[in-house]
Amino acid sequence: MMGLIIEWLSWLLLAAGGFFVLVGGVGVMRMPDLYTRIHAASVTETLGTMLILVGLMLHSGWELATFKLLAILVFLLFTGPVSSYALGNTALLGGLKPELGAQDASKEGCEP
Amino acid sequence: MLIAAGLAILVTMVMATIRGLMGPTIYDRILAMNMFGTKTVLFVAVVAYLYERPDFLDLALAYALINFIGVLAVLQFFQNRQARQATRIPQAVPAAGNNKNEASS
Repeated sequence: MMGLIIEWLSWLLLAAGGFFVLVGGVGVMRMPDLYTRIHAASVTETLGTMLILVGLMLHSGWELATFKLLAILVFLLFTGPVSSYALGNTALLGGLKPELGAQDASKEGCEP
Repeated sequence: MLIAAGLAILVTMVMATIRGLMGPTIYDRILAMNMFGTKTVLFVAVVAYLYERPDFLDLALAYALINFIGVLAVLQFFQNRQARQATRIPQAVPAAGNNKNEASS
């Protein structure tokens, strides 16, 4: 009974993770601006990663592989926001203006 | 359900590749590369359980490390290039700036 519940929970987490990863991919395809694309991609990198890896942890049971998955999860949770921040910082320092946002910024327009 | 998650990750990798190929700026391409790397880590982890070979998780961990260092290195390169260009332009501009200052004063 307990194993069945854990297996169903694992399936649910994997399905939710696949859904959020797919939504993030669509967002990266269709968002109008670099910064909004960073938003979509970083949602994928934290939420989708967490759901899929926790689902795999429940699927694997109590083994050494669980701790390897935990190491991957902790590392990805630390590095995803850092790389997103570095990308946004570099783009902003490089002179790429946000297309959406403050009104005076939208009046100036976004010149590539 | 493992197959469904793997297929969703594969479709997302294809979308990231399309964004990387048609991205207007360099940063879009770097973003697509970063996303592709993260999805590769997830896909290797899913495939490890799909084929019931959990040894693949070591590959996923190593790939996550390499991807992070690679993205930070590429971003540092572009930031240095912008700094070099920003210092190169004022060498030509201060002549005009000084002339304006002299003319105004």
